[in-house]
Amino acid sequence: MPHTESAGMLLLTLLLPLFGFIAVLFIDKAQEKAIRFTTMMISLLTFGFSLPLWFSFNNSIDGFQFYTNIPWISSIDSGFRIGIDGMSLLLVLLTTFIMPIALLSSFEPIKKRVKEYYAMMLLLELGMLGVFVSLDTMVFYVFWELILIPMYFLIGIWGGKDRIYAAVKFFLYTLVGSLLMLLAIVWLGLYAKGLPGGHFTTDFLVLKEIAPSIPMDIQIWLFLAFALSFCIKVPLMPFHTWLPDAHVQAPTAGSVILAGVLLKMGTYGLIRFNVELFPMAMHQFAAPIAWLSVAGIIYGALVAMVQTDIKKLVAYSSVSHLGFVVLGIASMTPEGLQGAIIQMVNHGLSTGMLFLCVGALYERRHTREISEFGGITKVMPKFAVLFVIAMLASVGLPGLNGFIGEYLTLFGAFQSPFLNNPWFSILSSSGVIFAAVYLLWMFQRVMFGTNDNPSNHSLKDLHRSEYWQLVPMVIFIVWIGIYPSTFMSKSELYVQTLIGKVEKKVFGTSKYPLIKAATAVESGTSHEVHGGH
Amino acid sequence: MVQDLLFTAPFTFLSVMAIIAMVLDALIVNSSRITFIFSAITLLISGILGISTFGLHGIGFNGMVTGGGFAAYFDILFSVGGLLTILASRQYLQRENIEHDEFYSLILFAVAGMMLIAHSNHLLMLFIGIEVMSVSFYILSGYMRNNAKSVESSLKYFLLGAFATGFLVYGIALIYGSTGSMDYNQIALNIHNNALNFPALLPVGVALIVIGLSFKAAAFPFHQWAPDVYQGAPTIVTAFMSTAGKAAAFAAFIPVVTVLMPSAPAKLQMIFAVMSAATMLIGNISALAQTNIKRMLAFSSVAHAGYIMMGLVSGSQYGYSGIVFYLTAYMLMQIGSFVIVAILERNGEKYLELSDYAGLSKRHPVLAAFMAIFMLSLAGIPPFAGFFGKYYLFTAAIDAGFLWLTLVGVLSSIISVYFYIGLIVKMYFTEPEGQREDNEVGMSGLSLIITIAGVIVLGILPSGILSIASSLFNSTH
Repeated sequence: MPHTESAGMLLLTLLLPLFGFIAVLFIDKAQEKAIRFTTMMISLLTFGFSLPLWFSFNNSIDGFQFYTNIPWISSIDSGFRIGIDGMSLLLVLLTTFIMPIALLSSFEPIKKRVKEYYAMMLLLELGMLGVFVSLDTMVFYVFWELILIPMYFLIGIWGGKDRIYAAVKFFLYTLVGSLLMLLAIVWLGLYAKGLPGGHFTTDFLVLKEIAPSIPMDIQIWLFLAFALSFCIKVPLMPFHTWLPDAHVQAPTAGSVILAGVLLKMGTYGLIRFNVELFPMAMHQFAAPIAWLSVAGIIYGALVAMVQTDIKKLVAYSSVSHLGFVVLGIASMTPEGLQGAIIQMVNHGLSTGMLFLCVGALYERRHTREISEFGGITKVMPKFAVLFVIAMLASVGLPGLNGFIGEYLTLFGAFQSPFLNNPWFSILSSSGVIFAAVYLLWMFQRVMFGTNDNPSNHSLKDLHRSEYWQLVPMVIFIVWIGIYPSTFMSKSELYVQTLIGKVEKKVFGTSKYPLIKAATAVESGTSHEVHGGH
Repeated sequence: MVQDLLFTAPFTFLSVMAIIAMVLDALIVNSSRITFIFSAITLLISGILGISTFGLHGIGFNGMVTGGGFAAYFDILFSVGGLLTILASRQYLQRENIEHDEFYSLILFAVAGMMLIAHSNHLLMLFIGIEVMSVSFYILSGYMRNNAKSVESSLKYFLLGAFATGFLVYGIALIYGSTGSMDYNQIALNIHNNALNFPALLPVGVALIVIGLSFKAAAFPFHQWAPDVYQGAPTIVTAFMSTAGKAAAFAAFIPVVTVLMPSAPAKLQMIFAVMSAATMLIGNISALAQTNIKRMLAFSSVAHAGYIMMGLVSGSQYGYSGIVFYLTAYMLMQIGSFVIVAILERNGEKYLELSDYAGLSKRHPVLAAFMAIFMLSLAGIPPFAGFFGKYYLFTAAIDAGFLWLTLVGVLSSIISVYFYIGLIVKMYFTEPEGQREDNEVGMSGLSLIITIAGVIVLGILPSGILSIASSLFNSTH
């Protein structure tokens, strides 16, 4: 059942960026220092407020914690319902953690329209946090769309040469998916209204109760409407074409956030809505989605291999890496899902860090062509150390974070009773090898060899602000790599309960013992929810 | 009699004041300032009268007009629309050198006509209302007498409008012939009891009325006049015509459809659905190709008529309240964007091309930010008013079993996003070219502040207006 203890903390974490946004709007635009300072303080404060969530989160409670329900639009029973479980907790922390780093990385490069830039960043943080905490389809949708606006401006104003094309493409792609999702949200609400004694609702907890009773053929359409929206965001293979454009054109901080958090909204949505609401449809579509993710893993890796632009290479590596996350989700096993969730965090850290490294190079040389570099290690030895960590984490070296996530998703897919086909894992593991090839090869061409390009002779090594951006990332990359339980224990119960329920529905039984306790709590939920109306 | 007057207080008051304004023009030399203040106050009072008569319900003047509820809501809406227009108009008219005194009284007459439309409970009243409004519009759209485009716009509007009025009258006549009444309630009763004199005439009459009203709403295939007229008319008049005028057309549509729908529900629903789908697509696709901002907004206004028509398709309380909400949101965002166009525009059609908006965010950060919000709202992006408007209409259509129509709506929304954010691209992502005169905001600023606040508040807290909107259809209809 939703637990309401200390709910104010979550609400405050969510609303702080909004207060910050309003505050920044009122600062004179010439006061760039004050604007930077305010934004930084707000984002640090948000991180600070999100930490107690981490520590007071109860790992042994199934269901949502820090739950609040503030009525919003009574006629459609839409409320500002927020709450987090193990999965959203990790993503909320990821967001609040990456935000100050992304801001720090903007201090140097962002020179024009400073005020608008930081206002947009705070709006972006609000939107991302909102997506991860909302438990109301309408509120979720509003936050989901809210992200479009700041991201569109971030790419369009502060982006590279083809920024307009990239920004418009990003906007239109995302909108196509999300409008179909909106129709599905409306349909769900109307279905609730059509039930005996029912009324229109957008309450996720209620919808979760009633969704299984929807006729199967309609469930499939609803599933597809949600899935399309999320798969575009992830992006899963045939819908990925907006991503390289957006990444390459976006400013460094934009890329960090895009890779670090925004893409996770897609995979988060797949779990939260597609798996939770329509497990039977997910069961039917598990294999096609898994095939798409395998295709994405291999395709992304192969395309990354031939890139001459470092940033584009990292962008395509995202397509490949997120394929693992989706594969883990499609496997519908606790291992696969756990792997997917931890891989979301991993990818946010390691790819975010890679983008920061690329940004550091770009700041110095104003180019990202691999051929322009070579032998950088000699002039920037400290940078080389941090870059190599990010690179190896992304490759999936044991001991760093990437390994554990990829291993679990592959393991999950291998033994999944839903996919029931070892080839998914076998083919996907080639992605790990390819990743080693393109990343190591890129690293070799950029960092090793002879430093024979005269413009590279006098590059300065990292300055203090860059340490502050990269070192915190390294800490967590190593931490997750060595002792992932700190993080995985948060989402363990959630995953087991979810998969237990799905297995029970599909196979009639489940081997996960927790299911009993969970259903007991669950029935309490339904009582509570219905009693509330 | 007192009761009757009370029901109709907003528009009887407004009609009298409009005539007084006309007389003031004649009596006082250089009266524009006085008439301006007089008209603004009049609209303010009529809006307040609308609010105070909101709680009343009833029929007055021998069943000719209704009062309170639905009518009062539209009284308020039209007063606000008129007020926003008048506030923004003075400066524009002075700059364009066309501040003739009767401008303000014509706006008052137009608002009075619209109110009569919303109040009518009788087809003759409806006809009179539409004519009062339309004649004022014909004059207003040709207000720039020395500008060929404006005159052309006026003439075109007048000729086609007269033609459409012909359809409307003919339709009224046929319905009268068939049902033996022009009173809404009596018509509904006769249709319900199937007490028709000439049953064959009824569908023809219904079709002709729908044609006449669709013309006023600028819905496909009767939208052809809109782009030329909206482009040629003075910008501030376009703002008024394309919002309040459209709202008036739907204020006529809702009761008429409620009355006539039972005569052939499935067919009428399908007709509205097809019209709605075609209007959305044609409006948005045509808007894609425009380079002139007024023309782009004109086509987008056609498209919005298509969205609003979705509410008619459902024929339900939910759909109608969706229409009311959408009209409110639409009025705010559309007037807002036209006011910005009017502020930036210069004599002789200058600075009306989309390319003239390049780099606006550098020259006028606030105006650009407002315009961006209006565009996002028109495109239906949350958290702005336009999103909830669309949301309610889509919900109503799905509820009525028209999922395909909402899919067309989604498709056309995506098309529309391309040109709405295209303007944002111009304003924010490109650099300004050349030097420009300074733009004074003046009184228009008040209009802008009201509209922007409305768009944001309706987007974040839509609950209030929505519950008012749905209360309109609980008891009166």
